[in-house]
Amino acid sequence: MPAGVSEGGDATSGGDTPRRKPSRAPRTPMPEQSPVERRGNFDEVTLGYSPEEAVAEAERCLQCKNPTCIEGCPVNIDIKSFLARVIDGDFHGGVEVIKVKNVLPSVCGRVCPQEDQCEVVCVLAKKYEPVAIGRVERFLGDFDLACDIEARCHPEVGEPTGRSAAIVGSGPAGLACAQELARLGHSVAMLEGLHAPGGVLVYGIPEFRLPKDIVQAEIDALIEMGVELRTNVVVGKTVTLDELMGEEGFGTVFIGSGAGLPVFLGIPGENLNGVYSANEFLTRNNLMKAYLFPEYDTPIWRGRKIAVVGGGNVAMDSARTALRLGAEEVFLVYRRSEEEMPARAEEVEHAREEGVEFKMLCSPAEVTGRDGWVTGLVATRMELGEPDDSGRRSPVCVMGSDFEIACDTVIMAVGTRANPLISDAAPGLELTDRGYIVTGDDGSTSLPGVYAGGDIVTGAATVIEAMGAGKRAATAMDAWLQRPR
Amino acid sequence: MFPIVHKRRLSRSVYEMGVQAPAIARKAKAGQFFILRTDEEGERIPLTFSDWDPESGVISFIFMRVGKTTHQLSHLETGDALADVTGPLGIPTHVDGLGRVAVVGGGVGAAVAYPVARAMQEAGSDVTVVLGARNADLLILEEEFRSLGVDLIVVTDDGSAGRKALVTEPLRELCETGAIDSAMAIGPTIMMRFCAETAAEHGVPCVVSLNPIMVDGTGMCGSCRVTVGGETRFACVDGPDFDGHEVDFEELMSRQRVYTDEERLADAEYTEECSCRLE
Repeated sequence: MPAGVSEGGDATSGGDTPRRKPSRAPRTPMPEQSPVERRGNFDEVTLGYSPEEAVAEAERCLQCKNPTCIEGCPVNIDIKSFLARVIDGDFHGGVEVIKVKNVLPSVCGRVCPQEDQCEVVCVLAKKYEPVAIGRVERFLGDFDLACDIEARCHPEVGEPTGRSAAIVGSGPAGLACAQELARLGHSVAMLEGLHAPGGVLVYGIPEFRLPKDIVQAEIDALIEMGVELRTNVVVGKTVTLDELMGEEGFGTVFIGSGAGLPVFLGIPGENLNGVYSANEFLTRNNLMKAYLFPEYDTPIWRGRKIAVVGGGNVAMDSARTALRLGAEEVFLVYRRSEEEMPARAEEVEHAREEGVEFKMLCSPAEVTGRDGWVTGLVATRMELGEPDDSGRRSPVCVMGSDFEIACDTVIMAVGTRANPLISDAAPGLELTDRGYIVTGDDGSTSLPGVYAGGDIVTGAATVIEAMGAGKRAATAMDAWLQRPR
Repeated sequence: MFPIVHKRRLSRSVYEMGVQAPAIARKAKAGQFFILRTDEEGERIPLTFSDWDPESGVISFIFMRVGKTTHQLSHLETGDALADVTGPLGIPTHVDGLGRVAVVGGGVGAAVAYPVARAMQEAGSDVTVVLGARNADLLILEEEFRSLGVDLIVVTDDGSAGRKALVTEPLRELCETGAIDSAMAIGPTIMMRFCAETAAEHGVPCVVSLNPIMVDGTGMCGSCRVTVGGETRFACVDGPDFDGHEVDFEELMSRQRVYTDEERLADAEYTEECSCRLE
């Protein structure tokens, strides 16, 4: 066990210093819109710390000699140091520390599952509440974005190397990879299939959880560094990997195209009108701004009673979006129990506060309909059996327990599978039997000079894991570009 | 932005437009589609190429004014620009080794049938085109088809041009006389359904080019899912061409009507906005 684990541990000056006390205090609460208020709008739910609140929370940090939080972070941000800067009121310094490892603090401060990463291993968590690392990170990210562009923390861009890289996809993996390569002085083009950059940060995560102007500001910062953005380029269709490495003259390519195709359950009635994949429901709403129809042209079917199938963050996002579109009742239908739900605790809590009704241990069996439209979701009750390969207790059907949930909309949030658009046009690219790209630890694929990372390699995962993969690949890509030839 | 380089009115509500999109023009193949967005508030709509020129970098398409986006498009002129054009998307139409094939183009579907018939002919097939429309005004590309040198059968519902018949009549005759080995139908969903049924009665394979509602067009959203042979397929990445005998047309037609009310509302608001501007 590292030093500093014992209670009070290794606070900077030891003994009964004033700094020990705040550690025992509960976490500084973050202001948020009330549940009643927020379910009527798409504005951000949580409002972020004030400078005073950020300092108060940072002061709870014990500044351990061996900070376990840093190992808990997938990209090993020097958490101890940025908290120390905040304690000193040096917010610029705090941002600088984060940006060494993570270019998107405003994004990650909001959407990282800190409770499973840095915060779960915080020494304080053993006896008290862990430092709210994510909230302080968010504060610093937002502090930076609120500064004039010249005053913002810009990573230094190295001398131009004369080498170039193409980044396929502008989601978290691509953004992190692009930033790192640009910093090293390479010329970087980021290719995006949709009309707007940001990937899942824009089409998937709703405005009320991650405001889009924040994502845009982060992308603007990349463009400021010299990264060239090309939207409307579908790699595999508009241009192939071969062409990027050949006639287009890129020295290396990174594929960060995301997970892709939505999964349906294969139950009867899934193609009735009123059944959406979560991808479609969220894309219409977030990317296409259907919640502002008819000011924006893209429509969305606004149901009154909605059943959302799934237990992850995407299911929570869908359920909460449905509420904001005016649904009277939203049911979350999940075949395991709440304990097994992969969604973040905070999201589950927010959903519940806003009035989402949880129907646990229910497995959808059929979507019922009339005249082509959804009228209900038939589900079978489940009970928990033995743990499966994932260690979660697997649900078992209770015979004859079918019941119908009356609803006019069903949203399927049961995962995604690999999109073959790129790989279909790249015969030599080695894939897993489920279609994901096979890579080494450094992101290298079976094609020389071609790297990959994020959901297209791992399957659906987190923003920060994708960013970590993008960054790791960038290091290997830099070595590839600089190789003697 | 993607500049509009030519525009031509083909009938009261049908237009042809050419847009500078070199990367797409270099790659397009018969039967593929693209997605466009007119402006920042615009919807993403899929349209199929009527032609493309890798040299000049221009893609062409033909559209009928049916909703807000096509209404807006009809008001754009050469020199204006589209916010976004993405493609080419979908799998190209299979054109090789078809032998004797009938291509049925109905309404604006003729615009897609044109490059398809041309590609089939270039691939050495013996092509008969059945070109249909409700009336002479809506009949498009007759001259273009004629200049391909294919066998051309023109029909209209009211007999104002060519034969007074539905496209299924000549198709039935071609099947009955054993004049074709396969067929391809492109047009309104109901027409494709009847073409597929007609061909099926005579054991003739019939490919159809489906046009369900799409959002991204790259497989990500699943809006365009259709049931083919009892399985759910995504028209944007698995199609748009499918075996017409296996498609669940009933479901497709139902799914195409999801946003009828919203489409009407958006177009009505736009029409009013336009008339206000004129006043």
